Parts: sequence; C-alpha cells; structure tokens
Amino acid sequence: MPSPEIFGSKQGDRGMDMKGSFLVPYVIMLIVEGMPLLYLELAVGQRMRQGSIGAWRTISPYLSGVGIASLVVSFLVSVYYNVINTWSLWYLFHSFQDPLPWSVCPLNGNHTGYNEECEKASSTQYFWYRKTLNISPSIQGDGGVQWEPALCLTLAWLIVYLCILRGTESTGKVVYFTASMPYFVLIIYLIRGLTLHGATNGLVYMFTPKIEQLANPKAWINAATQIFFSLGLGCGGLIAFASYNEPSNNCQKHAIIVSIINSTTAIFSSIVTFSIYGFKATFNYENCLNKVILLLTNSFDLEDGFLTANNLEEVKDYLASTYPSKYSDVFPHIRNCSLESELNTAVQGTGLAFIVYTEAIKNMDVSQLWSVLYFFMLLTLGMGSMVGTGTAILTPLTDSKVISSYLPKEAISGLVCLISCAIGMVFTMETGNYWFDIFNDYAATLSLLLIVLVEIIAVCYVYGLKRFESDLQAMTGRSLNWYWKAMWAFVSPVLIISLFVFYLSDYILTGTLQYQAWDATQGHVVTKDYPTYALAVIGILVASSTMCIPLVAVGTFVTRHFKSRAKFPMA
Amino acid sequence: MLWLLLFLVTAIHAELCHPDAENAFKVRLSIRTALGDKAYVWDTDEEYLFRAMVAFSMRKVPNRETTEISHVLLCNVTQRVSFWFVVTDPSKNHTLPAAEVQSAIRMNRNRINSAFFLDDHTLEFLKIPSTLAPPPDASVPVWIIVFGVIFCIVVVAIALLVLSGIRQRRRNNKGPLGVEDAEDKCENIITIENGIPCDPLDTKGGLINDGFLTEDERLTPL
Repeated sequence: MPSPEIFGSKQGDRGMDMKGSFLVPYVIMLIVEGMPLLYLELAVGQRMRQGSIGAWRTISPYLSGVGIASLVVSFLVSVYYNVINTWSLWYLFHSFQDPLPWSVCPLNGNHTGYNEECEKASSTQYFWYRKTLNISPSIQGDGGVQWEPALCLTLAWLIVYLCILRGTESTGKVVYFTASMPYFVLIIYLIRGLTLHGATNGLVYMFTPKIEQLANPKAWINAATQIFFSLGLGCGGLIAFASYNEPSNNCQKHAIIVSIINSTTAIFSSIVTFSIYGFKATFNYENCLNKVILLLTNSFDLEDGFLTANNLEEVKDYLASTYPSKYSDVFPHIRNCSLESELNTAVQGTGLAFIVYTEAIKNMDVSQLWSVLYFFMLLTLGMGSMVGTGTAILTPLTDSKVISSYLPKEAISGLVCLISCAIGMVFTMETGNYWFDIFNDYAATLSLLLIVLVEIIAVCYVYGLKRFESDLQAMTGRSLNWYWKAMWAFVSPVLIISLFVFYLSDYILTGTLQYQAWDATQGHVVTKDYPTYALAVIGILVASSTMCIPLVAVGTFVTRHFKSRAKFPMA
Repeated sequence: MLWLLLFLVTAIHAELCHPDAENAFKVRLSIRTALGDKAYVWDTDEEYLFRAMVAFSMRKVPNRETTEISHVLLCNVTQRVSFWFVVTDPSKNHTLPAAEVQSAIRMNRNRINSAFFLDDHTLEFLKIPSTLAPPPDASVPVWIIVFGVIFCIVVVAIALLVLSGIRQRRRNNKGPLGVEDAEDKCENIITIENGIPCDPLDTKGGLINDGFLTEDERLTPL
C-alpha cells in the first residue's frame, strides 16, 4: 500500500498566493501547525480504522457531525475544484496550435486593427476573459450554459470517475502517477526557468525578506491557510486514507515525511514560479522601455537606434531642456517603467495564475511544448487533488452498510460524479467565474478551520489526551513525544482560534463583501459589491458545513434522551 | 532664364510639398530596428527607389497610368528617417487627391515593403492604415480534435473497467451456486473410495480429511 497521504492537494492553485518573503512564515507555520495536525488526523484514522464519519462517532457519538461536516466540505470543494481542471484541459487542447491563440489578438471587423477589447487589455487577458470564460460584466448576468466549457467539464469528471471507479485499489496506482509526474515536469521547468533572461530578478525578489511584510499578519494568515489546504487537513481524506493502514504503521514518521515532502515541493515549485515570474516581469519592463523609446524617437525625429535603455534618462533631460514645449506635450504619455512594480503585482486567484503563466510561456521559444508540459502538470496536480477529495467523499459512503448494500461501489462513485458534474455546470455559464470565486473563497476556509478546531478539542479533551496516548502506544508500540502533546493540547488550538478571530474581524471591519468584475470596455477589473442573493449563497455555503456539528450533536442528544426515557419511563 | 526656371521649380516644389501640406503623407522608416547590423544607409538613391515605388503604385490606379518618378516629391527628410511626400499631376501644378494615393499605396503595400526589406511596422505611412493579415483559420478547430481523441480514450477505459467489474461480480455470485449444482448432480453418481466421496475435490472451502480424529472424539465421554 503506497504512502497515500501524498495526494498533495491544491498545490497548483493555492501555490499562487505567494509573494516574496513567504518562506519564513511558511516554515514556521508548517512546524507549529501543519505537522501536529497531520499527525493527529493520521493517528485518528489509523486507530479507528474507519472513514471520517465512523471515526468521530467512535470518539464520541455527539461528534459524528464532524465527519458529516468534513463530507459536506469535501463535496463542495470537489464540485468547484474540478472547474480548474476544466480550464487546464481547455488550455491544454488549445496549446496544439501555431501561434498560440493567446499570443495574438484577433482582428477587428474590417481588418484594419486589432479587436478593441484585446487592445485595451492584453492578448492573454483577452483569451482568458473572453475566449475561455466569456465573462459577463457582473454577477447579475443572465446566460445559459456554454457548450465548450461544459464539454471540458464533462471530460474532467469522466477522468475523475475513471480514477476513483474501483475505489482505493485503483486510486493507489493513480496517486503514484499524479504525485510523481509533476516533479518530472517541474525539474524540466526548473532548468528552462533558470536559463531564462531575467529569471534572476525574480529569484532575488523571492529570497529577500521584506521586514514590513513579515510584520503584516496577513502574511502569516496566508501561510497558515496555505499549509491547511496543501496538506488537506479537515477534509476527511487523510482519515480515510489512514484507515487502510496497518495498525502498527509508524504514522508519526509518515506525518513528518509527508510534511517535509510537501514543503520541499512547495519551495521547489516556488523557485520555478519566481524564475518564470522574473522573466515575465523583465520582459514587460523591457517592452515598456521600448515603447517609451519609440515614442520619444518618433516625437523628436531622433535617429533610429540612438536611444537605448542606458542613455534614456540623460536624453530625456536633454530633450526637456532643449525643447520644453514639445516635451511637455509628450510627457503625459511617457509611462514610468519600473521592474519593482512589475514584480510587485500581486499574484492571486486562479484566473491570474492562468494569465501570468500563459504570458510568460508565449514569449519562450517552442512555446507549444512548454505550454503542453505546463498544463499537463497542472492537470495531474488537479486530478491528484480530486482523487483525494473523491476518496474522502466515497469512503464514508461505502463504509455505511445502508448504501453499499443497495449499490455497488462503481454505481456510488458514478452517482457522486454525475451530481457534482451537474452542479458544476453553474460554473460554465457567463457568470460562472464569479460563482467560482465565491466557492473558492468561502466554501472551505472557515469551515475547515472550525472542523480542525473541533477535531483537536475532541481528541484532547473529550476523548482524553491520556487515553489517546495509551491507545497509540498500544497500537504502534512507540510512546508519544512531549512535543506533540504540547502542540495538540495548547498551541494549535490557540493558533486556530486566533486565525478564526482574524477572519471574522476582517469581514466585520470591511463591511460588505466585494468582488472583482471584468469590465470589457475598459480592459481591466473593477470592484463591485455582492448583491444580496450572492451573500445569501455565501451564508448557506458556510452554514451548510459548520452547522452540521452542532445540529448532529443536538440530534444525538435528543434521540438518546428519548430512548432513555422510553427505557425508563418516569412514574 | 535657366536660373528663373530652376527658381520657379523649387518654389513650386516647396509649395506643394511641405509638412502638413494638402494631400501630403508622412513616412517613417525604422531601418536599424528591422535589420540591425545589416541596416543600409538612407541616401538619395534610396529616396529615388522610394519615389519609383510610389510612382509604380500610382500607375496601377485607373487614369493615372502616366505617372512619372519626377511627379513624386519628397521633402523634410530627417535623421529618423522620416519625410513627407506628395504626388503631383503631369502639369505639376497641383497634387493628386489623398484618397487616390492612399488606395494605391494600400494595394501595393507588400511590394513597397519588400523593396526595402521592411514590414508594416518598420515602414509606416502615417494616416494610411494597413490591412492586417488574418490568422490562419482551420476548418475544424484543433482543440475539438484533441478533445475528441481524449474523450474516446477515457470512455473506452471506463467501459472496460465497469464491464470487467460486472463480470468479476457475476463470477463471484455464480461460484457458490456452481458448487450446489454439482452436489445435486452428485447424488446420482457418487463414486466412493474408502468411504470418502471423490467430488469434494471440486469444492471450495477446503477439504476435510476424515482420516484425522475430530476434537470431540479425542475426549473420552463422561
């Protein structure tokens, strides 16, 4: 049985939330939060030998809601996460053309110039917003399902079904492939990335710690959330996987190894990311300089080739002094080009990840090859995550005797995939990307924090830390290190509570929630407020998983109360 | 007399061709950007070639087949390299309308560009928009072909897995039933050797060797 915890979920997406100087908070959060929580979930799964619902019911019958909440969160995540695979498939299929479709703008009606929207934005942004998403100006749009993304979504779900069809016996082999393939591509990209012109700028930017960024709590919050999602804590997948392990398996060693592998992968992929990022920033910077040079050369009829990047400043001063009136006419059009500002443009969100990378790839030689490699890697990463989430959903369902007596496991997985695919069609509409952002930001973040908090408190205080410790010792034969005990009992709960408080206070302080909408007439994003029904959907998303815990606890209490009353009726 | 003629000619020239004159167009060349080290120097011979190309383009316009190189006037050549030009009619009194010149240049743009080893970006006619070449359009979009291939592969793989799963389950279900059938049939033909029927050799669930004493017999009854 392979070490199945390496389903390294959500690397491709959350990995884009990185700016410079993330290394320090990332490593600290990994040691303090990631490793203890990972060990806890693995130990619980291995001890209880059941999926998440059964495991928590064994710990305490009032807490089986935790398992159900994990199931709901996993389901929501799988519904929206496969849309990223849809986009990867779309870009992958479009990579087999020369030139790449996002490298040139299409022509306008009478072939005298380029498409207006494409001119205002860039060709990569145009391809993303218009050709891939066909996005509407706001979330209140009206549009049916578009057939191209719908086809790709169906294919993505078919691939997921193929992987989880047979249950864990097949997912083991799939995970081997999806876990090792990205490394292979990353190494190729590392060699290519480091030899790109301007890559060193990005690397220098990544490794210089910025003290003012470290003081900002946002950096630590992002690192903590990043660790949560890349390890897959709270989704129930870890418990499901670990329940198939031998009882004497050394899960402490597994936890440490997996965390270290996860973090080295993250650092490795961020080196690749930042070298490509540096290439893109340098390319844009030099483009900007060339535009300024061309503008000045044309306005003052200087000799072609006289102005270069090196003498630009001196010549500007000379021109300003010799032809002041003409210079002041031209001056408003001269953009201030700065490499720092290019590097500082924050990389956030899945859409920007597609835009930034395609922009860098289109400037490389043999761009079709790099494009195919890159999107294939994204696809394998995404499929790995989907397999993990799929297992997290299926294991409790197949464990339950009720469902598995009626349906064989192929039918159960088929049904789950079908329902998720049908719901996922919402994201293929014109407004789909706005709903996707809602799911991305709110479906999992708060719920997972709460689930993990309840998990730690349940194991440490409800089940009893000493009891759990003796269980582990009996099971694995090794005693529990004081470090884990200290982390589980005090540090991690405090950390999670403070994360929780921060998110809530952030929401309360900013007032209403806002989103980024694409304005086709201007060619960039604008900020808008969410309408009330969108806010209602956000509320439902968060409530549907978090409310499971108290509701099930109350329900169990009530049924037990009635049962005991029926057994011993009061006179 | 000759001097007067020359003076008149240059005076008319200056009148007809000057920056922002009526029916005049500005041209801008970026030779070093286009050719780098192989850039040629812009001199009067190159200007002569340019005037020849413009005259050639004008000859393609109906009613203008008699345009000569001397009818094309260049002025204000800068270091950039940029200059203005006009095309005069045979009497050299007035310039040809801008619309005619524009359509002539647009139709022969490729020839003019290639004469100078330049393209639409490096040889610019300001105010004359160039016709852009549309990107090559395949009849069936490439992505649908790739999609179709992968879709078929995945569907076939799923079908194979599902079918093999069903077949395996049917074999499992038939297994115990198959044993019962054999036992029914065996009641008619039982070959017995040493008190042990031969047919149990086909059953699952192991063989019981009756040669060994069972647990109960070992303990003497009370």
